[in-house]
Amino acid sequence: MDNKEPSAENKTVESIPAITIRFAGDSGDGMQLVGTRFTDTSALFGNDLATLPSFPAEIRAPQGTIAGVSSFQVQIADFDILTPGDNPEVLVAMNPAALKAHLHDLAPNGMLILNEDAFEEKNIQKAGYKVDPRTSGELDSYRVFEVPMEKLTKEALEDSEITGRAVLRSKNMVALGLISWVFNRPLEDTENWLNEKFKKLPEVADANIKALKIGYNFGITVEAFHHTYVVDKAKLPEGEYTNINGNIALSWGLITGARQAGLELFYASYPITPASDVLHELSKHKNFNTITFQAEDEIAAAAAAVGASFSGKLAVTGTSGPGLALKSETISLAVSTELPLIVVNVQRGGPSTGLPTKPEQSDLMFSIYGRHGESPLPVLAVRSPSHAFMTAIEAARVALKYMTPVILLSDNYVATGSEPWKLPAIGDLPTLDNNLTTSINTEEGFMPYHRDVNTFARPWAVPGTPGLEHRIGGLEKEEGTGNVSYDSANHQYMTDMRAWKIANIANDIEPLEVTGDEKAETLVLGWGSTYGSITQAVNRLNEKGVKVASAHLTFVNPFPDNTQDILSKYKKVIIPELNTGQLIKLVRERYLIDAIGINKVNAEPFTAQELADGIEEKINE
Amino acid sequence: MSKIPVTYKRKDFQSDQEVKWCPGCGDYTILASVQSFMAEMGISKEKIVFVSGIGCAARFPYYMNTYGLHSIHGRAPAVATGVSVANPDLSVWIVSGDGDSLSIGGNHLIHALRKNVNVKILMFNNQIYGLTKGQYSPTSEEGKKTKSSPFGSVEMPFNPMSVALGAEASFVARSIDMDRDLTNDVLKAASEHKGSAFIEIYQNCNVFNDHAFEQLTSKEGKVANRINLVHGEKVIFGANDELAVTIKDGEAAIVNRSDIDDSQIYVHDITKKNPSVAFSLSRLSHGPYGPTPVGVFRKVERETYNQDVSDQIEAAKEAKGDGKIEQLIRSLGTWDVN
Repeated sequence: MDNKEPSAENKTVESIPAITIRFAGDSGDGMQLVGTRFTDTSALFGNDLATLPSFPAEIRAPQGTIAGVSSFQVQIADFDILTPGDNPEVLVAMNPAALKAHLHDLAPNGMLILNEDAFEEKNIQKAGYKVDPRTSGELDSYRVFEVPMEKLTKEALEDSEITGRAVLRSKNMVALGLISWVFNRPLEDTENWLNEKFKKLPEVADANIKALKIGYNFGITVEAFHHTYVVDKAKLPEGEYTNINGNIALSWGLITGARQAGLELFYASYPITPASDVLHELSKHKNFNTITFQAEDEIAAAAAAVGASFSGKLAVTGTSGPGLALKSETISLAVSTELPLIVVNVQRGGPSTGLPTKPEQSDLMFSIYGRHGESPLPVLAVRSPSHAFMTAIEAARVALKYMTPVILLSDNYVATGSEPWKLPAIGDLPTLDNNLTTSINTEEGFMPYHRDVNTFARPWAVPGTPGLEHRIGGLEKEEGTGNVSYDSANHQYMTDMRAWKIANIANDIEPLEVTGDEKAETLVLGWGSTYGSITQAVNRLNEKGVKVASAHLTFVNPFPDNTQDILSKYKKVIIPELNTGQLIKLVRERYLIDAIGINKVNAEPFTAQELADGIEEKINE
Repeated sequence: MSKIPVTYKRKDFQSDQEVKWCPGCGDYTILASVQSFMAEMGISKEKIVFVSGIGCAARFPYYMNTYGLHSIHGRAPAVATGVSVANPDLSVWIVSGDGDSLSIGGNHLIHALRKNVNVKILMFNNQIYGLTKGQYSPTSEEGKKTKSSPFGSVEMPFNPMSVALGAEASFVARSIDMDRDLTNDVLKAASEHKGSAFIEIYQNCNVFNDHAFEQLTSKEGKVANRINLVHGEKVIFGANDELAVTIKDGEAAIVNRSDIDDSQIYVHDITKKNPSVAFSLSRLSHGPYGPTPVGVFRKVERETYNQDVSDQIEAAKEAKGDGKIEQLIRSLGTWDVN
């Protein structure tokens, strides 16, 4: 490499409204890091964006194989977007397996950047190619750019303190540098980040920065990259923004919920993908008096949360599907003892261990009905990464106000995906009431099951409160006294009461809102993480003149009070879900509507176009 | 633990609920012992919490006029951990049985002991499943004939003291339902101990497993077979103090005093950091069928889980200041849109 400063005198910059880029490589290639860095830089630049990380369940799946491919997709835009994009227009493939796994998604004439050093015979075969895809003609409909990323990395690190195999660890930075050039993104933010991250290993920071720069300079030097692109700042509502993923937003929502209720947070969990990041995030914030308890198993986590709730904490236990199954009996205990509890379920593909790192909405029925006995509780679902913040606060509000366990559903798509979030004004956050009491509530003494006349909530008297000593448990209790009761009429009454209490919450939550064409005869009803794809699909159809509207549920139990009114206005109700049809069963059963499902469980979220096509097809049926 | 000058009587700890164990059950005696001890303990009763799982013993909280939580099978140590960690000022007691603690709840038991959570665990061991009407339990002797083992149990039972010591419990003791003085002594030592305490109480189930502890409770058995462990004293037992315990090469053995010099007799030390000697003592019997040690096996000081959790929170507040939501939501960096 000569020492001449690279220059690009004939560089052109094309302004584009949006671009979807996917980075794909081996799970050890650092694709998540590259994607996150590019995302953060774009966020700081002011783009709207949405991300879709995707990685294997194994930490280091066999190198060079399709199973080991990890990817990160990000859409950046100069307008308000709701999804990480359908088909990427740029694919960076670090090896043949990454190419094989992702090429089919690349848009026609898309930009394909290949790490040419990885296209050795051995790797090509490992990926399952019979012949080198670069010469077979199958890349003909794309704009292919071959970049010697490994050679460049070695060159860049020639004088570095990093030697041997460790050198190649920085090759992801070459890719990031090149993409930064092509999309006119400055390197400073990533340089600062690297210096901070490797504060104690300056040689590592230095090596990565060198690799980052050589990738950028490669773009400057090579004429093929002289046509560059820029995505302008998005015209988002005024305010201060941060880029946040669903797990972090949910964690912050829990901390804030506790604070707004004047309580301390107790979070008990057993590590499980993709919920562990909630445990990690909350463990950092002990200065909020947050206690995190890594339990010996899922059941213990739920049980400790019930205990902490009895002691007066805002108690939360977090998990994913298999863990929810284990917690089921303990959640029933919270239903029976009528203690506030939030159960976070970051859903993943099932059944059993299923697809630990893939999104699915298949725990809806299990969340609503998955307990023995008549065991009703409210269930809420997060619709986007930033929505998790307010939904966690809402879960706390309902748990505390109604003295009930609440299941808060997220899924791998919103948990790991990120988007810009306009920070709320702290003064605008709701103050949460609770049922804590220090006084005797009846003339006959303290009655732990003497209820509030409006909410049917029982009082919350915690140990340490003089004069209110009482015993509760999982055996059926007598209304009022809370004493064990096997009386048949009492059991009927208590069963009905527990159901009324939850059904009554329908009056106290945000009503269902409709968006889209006002003259529509078709409503698309969704819940959870399909919000972005559904809304974008309906927007596209409206632009095309198709009359369709959408509504999205946050509470899936109970349904908001106006749900029946809204559904009854439409001739067709279409329900897209990442399961084989669960909300649709509830809607059909409850409202006797012949709703139509659009369902899939292929380990990927819906793309907006896929839904737009599906909805149009159902409308025309 | 805040002690306040309260004068309680046993009846102050009796709830208004009718006690519904079978007539003649050992649980009645233990309930009386615990209620009496609570009056003596000197902690105001609103700070006392009884937590239980499932089983005959687990009904215990309903009969105590304190705070109480009757939870689900086997999970009491986990529930109690939450109660205790959430409010370290509480005196938290777990009442459990051999099935609840050592079968369905084995995992929670060992982890609560390992972590040294500040909870006191009373495990009533009757060596049978009572509430489900008489199946063998994880402490039933091999060969035990029950409804679920008509040809005799083929399982080797747990030795509860060995289990607790294997989990490095910081306090381990054994008592017997009928011996209210011993129970009181053990409860007192446990209540003064910082951290988790595991107390096995041999409890006669007169319906499904009557006379299980006769070797230790009958007039003759009591004097012949009880090895009373007393801190700082030589371990001597037998009707005429003719037997003693020695520790040789780390292994406890029962010997005739006439065969050894008295200086070779083991002097009980509950404070040994290494649990090996206590473990070895626990191996002197594998059930209440002959000479069996009772009393406190081990009582060592180590940091409690509760204290460590509180300390980390205080240190975080010291270092970062009290958490502010305004700062939290900006902790990943922000940008302005104008």
